Amino acid sequence: MLIRLKVNGEWHTADAEPQASLLYVLREHLGLLGTKNGCEQGECGACSVWLDGEMVCSCLVLAAQAHEREVRTVEALAGPEGLHPVQEAFLEAGAVQCGFCTPGLVVAAADLLARNPSPDEATVREALSGNLCRCTGYVKILDAVRLASERLRGRTA
Amino acid sequence: MSISTLTKTRGGVGESVRRVDGVPKVKGEFQFGSDLWAEGMLWGHTLRSPHPHALIHSINVAGALALPGVHAVLLAGDVPGKKCFGLEFADQPVLAGDRVRYAGEPVAILAAVDPETARRAAAQIVVDYEVLPPVTDMEAALLPDAPRLHEYGNVLRHVRIVHGDPDAAAEVWVEGYYETAMQDQAFLGPESGMAIPSSDGGVDLYVATQWLHVDREQVAPCLNLPAEKVRVHLSGVGGAFGAREDVSMHVHACMLALRTGKPVKMVYGREESFFGHVHRHPSRIWMRHGATREGRLVSVRARLLLDGGAYSSSGSAVIGNASTFAAGPYEVPNALIEGTRVFTNNPPCGAMRGFGAVQVCFAYEAQMDKLAKALGMDPVALRLRNALKTGSALPTGQIIQGSAPVREVIERCAAIPMPAAIPMPDAVSMPKEEGGRRDRLSYPGGAGNVSRGEALRRGVGFAVGYKNIAYSDGFDDSSEARVKLFAGSSGPIAEVHSAAAEVGQGVHTVLAQIARTELGVEHVVLHPSDTLVGSAGSTSASRQTMMSGGAVQLACQAIREELFDRVRLRAGMGDAPLVPDGALTLEGGMVLAGGVPVGPIEAYLDEPIERTRVYHHRPTRAMDAMGQGDPHVSFAFAAQRAVVEVDEELGLVRVVQIATAQDVGRAINPQAVYGQIEGGTAMGLGFALMEEVQVREGRILNASYTDYLIPTILDMPPVEAVLVEEPEPGAPYGVKGVGEPPTVVSTAAIVAALRDATGRALNRVPVRPDDLIGLTQPAASAGPPPAPDVPGPKAVPHYWGLTHGQGTLMEPE
Amino acid sequence: MDILLPRTLDEALGMKSDHPEAVPIAGGTDLMVEMNLGHRRPPIALDVHRLPELRQWRCTDGTLFLGAGMTYVRIIRELPGFTALAQASRSVGSPQIRNRGTIGGNLGTASPAGDALPVMAACDAEVVLAASGGRTRALPWHQFLVGPKKTAIEPDELILGARWRVTRGPGSFSKVGRRNAMVIAIASLCLVLDEDRRAVRVALGSVGPTVLRVPQAEAFAAGALAEAGVWDDPAALLPPEVIEAFGERVAASARPIDDVRGTAAYRRHACGVLARRALRWAIEDRQAGPAGHGRPAGSWGARC
Ligand SMILES: Cc1cc2nc3c(=O)[nH]c(=O)nc-3n(C[C@H](O)[C@H](O)[C@H](O)COP(=O)(O)OP(=O)(O)OC[C@H]3O[C@@H](n4cnc5c(N)ncnc54)[C@H](O)[C@@H]3O)c2cc1C
Ligand code: FES
Ligand code: FES
Repeated sequence: MLIRLKVNGEWHTADAEPQASLLYVLREHLGLLGTKNGCEQGECGACSVWLDGEMVCSCLVLAAQAHEREVRTVEALAGPEGLHPVQEAFLEAGAVQCGFCTPGLVVAAADLLARNPSPDEATVREALSGNLCRCTGYVKILDAVRLASERLRGRTA
Repeated sequence: MSISTLTKTRGGVGESVRRVDGVPKVKGEFQFGSDLWAEGMLWGHTLRSPHPHALIHSINVAGALALPGVHAVLLAGDVPGKKCFGLEFADQPVLAGDRVRYAGEPVAILAAVDPETARRAAAQIVVDYEVLPPVTDMEAALLPDAPRLHEYGNVLRHVRIVHGDPDAAAEVWVEGYYETAMQDQAFLGPESGMAIPSSDGGVDLYVATQWLHVDREQVAPCLNLPAEKVRVHLSGVGGAFGAREDVSMHVHACMLALRTGKPVKMVYGREESFFGHVHRHPSRIWMRHGATREGRLVSVRARLLLDGGAYSSSGSAVIGNASTFAAGPYEVPNALIEGTRVFTNNPPCGAMRGFGAVQVCFAYEAQMDKLAKALGMDPVALRLRNALKTGSALPTGQIIQGSAPVREVIERCAAIPMPAAIPMPDAVSMPKEEGGRRDRLSYPGGAGNVSRGEALRRGVGFAVGYKNIAYSDGFDDSSEARVKLFAGSSGPIAEVHSAAAEVGQGVHTVLAQIARTELGVEHVVLHPSDTLVGSAGSTSASRQTMMSGGAVQLACQAIREELFDRVRLRAGMGDAPLVPDGALTLEGGMVLAGGVPVGPIEAYLDEPIERTRVYHHRPTRAMDAMGQGDPHVSFAFAAQRAVVEVDEELGLVRVVQIATAQDVGRAINPQAVYGQIEGGTAMGLGFALMEEVQVREGRILNASYTDYLIPTILDMPPVEAVLVEEPEPGAPYGVKGVGEPPTVVSTAAIVAALRDATGRALNRVPVRPDDLIGLTQPAASAGPPPAPDVPGPKAVPHYWGLTHGQGTLMEPE
Repeated sequence: MDILLPRTLDEALGMKSDHPEAVPIAGGTDLMVEMNLGHRRPPIALDVHRLPELRQWRCTDGTLFLGAGMTYVRIIRELPGFTALAQASRSVGSPQIRNRGTIGGNLGTASPAGDALPVMAACDAEVVLAASGGRTRALPWHQFLVGPKKTAIEPDELILGARWRVTRGPGSFSKVGRRNAMVIAIASLCLVLDEDRRAVRVALGSVGPTVLRVPQAEAFAAGALAEAGVWDDPAALLPPEVIEAFGERVAASARPIDDVRGTAAYRRHACGVLARRALRWAIEDRQAGPAGHGRPAGSWGARC
């Protein structure tokens, strides 16, 4: 079936199997491979994207449900002027190892900081609890979010 | 050209530099195995046995082949060459022929235009199985009347280490029985790769793996191709932890690609991933420790049993490791250690971070705590009293030649400040948002909202452990690297070509750092890892920094020699400056003589310089029939202290703090070292509290992220880590590997803390809520099984003529 | 598989009556997992996630109506005064799941581990169902949830939402899992006090084929509170042995089984612990008063 959706500001049409997930359409039809498939069960968060501004697991969205909707993926974070502050902070804090969880975590952290620029630690932990990382033990991921939060506040201050 | 200013080379050894692959990873542009794509590619799919033990009478693929979009369906008979593969013994069928030995064993493979068609086609394949009774208990596998899973029986290897006089008298004895469950590596990016047939009849395999060359060694004979026609390339690896040491989809994708003439991509889903790789061996361990009244260890007796599941994998090395480390990082004058690795119809087990050292550390550290209690001694003091040091003899007779700062890691870990006391709940306590003092997420049970601070008990546990670095037992472990130094448009560039698999741990960054330091050049590029350079050995055994780091260092040193020759040759000729007196060095892009700049490096690079070098570590000697030898190269030690909070009524846990000190030799990239310690600790925490592949009657009950739980960010505490840098003599820069020791000790430390909090025995991991509140009794055993009757100390298949990948297991008539 | 994308409830109900085999999909957080794993392939999927009629809540005449399309994140944001409901919502999965998963989906799946269900059971909720032609009916929760993953919905019906009479009094939801976030309940419990009726209502999740109420234990607790004079005097204390006995009664009413997530014995035990804690918390919260200890007014017993 034909699915029309706006991804990172551009309209696309994909001829997808009806049971396809949004994750599958992003990756296999639109070639947007930044969004990762770690489980297809909603558990790992590696497939996190924004659907109409809300962060969701794209593996759990039926692609057809995104018809005529707006999707934003990790690919939209870095702009022409460089990396998103969250991406920059992940690099600086050493929050990346294998990197498979990274796109999802970067999306989740950016989502949090957009809503709450100065979250306390418990809030950060709760906000990132849907993103599994097997490599880092999360310590440096927390550091990165702290760092990004400081930077973002500094920028608006 | 200005040669006056001299800057230090940035990004070299000892600096916390950013990862070489960091930018693409945060942008989502890094290409993992699952992101591979080729024009006209097909999707491979595997049909697996639902039965743990069965004979296959027939397989009907007609229905699958008839489906439009299906290009090939292949069975055991279609394997072009050797029917089996294996890291140590080729005993694992590429596709099951007439018998399956575990639930999840591949039976058929197919290629179709898309994953959905492939799935549908697989459902059309009809397999006629005759179900056999499975052997699912590791002790039952040793019984004389147990069905034999392999022609030579159910024992892969029995190790016996006799040291001193095991019957020596001691004043105080403690005894214990311990069990550890099956753990999954649960890397985030499941198995994936793509095979592309080439015009020469060979194949290019792009795969997420840990050791490209050993993959090729196994894949090529199965394809009946010469090694040079199988080119293996590293694709992005989404974590490994041992699970990618064995072949998974490699041969299958190549077979399908060669048959269809098209690129074939295979990606496992999360569920299939649980069947697609080996797990951590479940264990049963019996131990007896004897000591003097003053707390000096006199004797250790250990009996280890590891359940290896259906095939060998790296099991003989795992039991070797478990046995050699069974006495812990302590001086033990007398020991008798016997370890057996058996076959069952459970899922195959092999390498996982810690590699046999995890299971025994859980047991020996529990024993040390028991002993401290029996002696009325402080557990840390007892460990200090017996700590190994350089020059100590191990139960294998091996004398520790390298650095062994065991005392230092213990003392420095113990000195890390304890976390602040937990505020005790008020009589009327409330969640923070309602006026209470603690966020409810911070109680055991976290997001479940089960607590306002009731029945909280704090516990503190301490553990020390150790692990070998690099390959052991006489294996000639080596790594090759090729480095090329050439003039780029804006200065000299060093290109490093190494087959060392970057799996996330950061080895490529480390190799770049070493090249920078050795060549004084900041611009370093990494050639993609492939089999066009010699083997780097495995990304395992915490060995790559030492081995491939060593190879890059050697190659760079060879380049330097050539460069310096050019400098000397040029000196005094024409308009070239005279070389001042003093040794030549490289720094900040400049050649220096006696510390004084003579010229930019690229001035000497009219011709690029390329050197290839192989690094070997010092030879080791395998254990003999009494378990005596010089089996390991180098050791890394770690101490960890865990503070936990237990909800004594619900048996729920929050780890409050991990404090740790680790012997790292020398930290090439300190930030990455801390990252390894934190990540390794998380894996040990998971094993202590929640991670268990539940297997009943040979079947995995929880093959999903829904039911195989790994720690979330709400489960991980802060980690206060101290690096103890005492250089390892003979190793490049004095490095030791760092990835495994944290995993070895953290499970033991956390369970010790749980024992401290609850006063319960807790002799099995993962610890269940039931165990913490006394609903279940400690795991019990009637006693260790007798030693099996096997030909000798080596793995049994060896005596059957099945040596290093040469033999093919014969199917019984 | 076909996909139907109605824009209004009427359109959706019409489609459902034309295609009774169509399976509604809301947030997809249950259904898509089954589809991705190949466990389920409905012939037709009917997207109800965007139906505006389902995405609303109303609090009128003392009754709360919660549309089937209400997501957990909206409940947390918009209905924090309904403490137990908000707590249950906050304990569901992860932010991603709470952004997408709905009350209607929790009811539709009817898992004994559904976290919104004990809250609805403890509130004596009714499930409102609709079919084309303006037919609606309301079933008490226990007539709707008829077994593990079984409901009394007819093939031509959709879940409109759930509604219940809003009561005054404190309440809580807790769930036990083996990890500190993102777990399916091993056992869960919702307890609410109904100040006006002087009743205690308790529902258990994950310890029986469906959500369970525990009438005997509830009556025991209400009686004990009366006997101790707690209803009239929030400062009065309930003797510890009474709280203990209440926990035992709740535990005895559980009907748990062993599975990969936990043992029956542990589940039963946990019910007792959760029950004791929930009752103590309710009494503490009454003592603190609705606006006490700096809490927002109405944080227990939201009013309509
Ligand atoms: C990672 C993860 C974690 C989770 N954690 C939890 C948890 O902690 N607690 C918990 O309770 N649940 C949990 N769930 C399950 C799920 O999120 C909830 O059950 C959620 O409420 C389902 O809502 P949905 O809208 O996504 O349902 P869907 O998947 O869209 O639908 C579920 C079922 O309900 C039916 N349905 C939906 N809407 C209607 C309607 N209006 N009329 C008729 N039928 C309808 C569908 O046909 C389907 O059968 C989790 C799921 C995932 C993937
Ligand atoms: S792939 Fe969607 S949550 Fe794991
Ligand atoms: S960096 Fe590997 S899973 Fe997070």
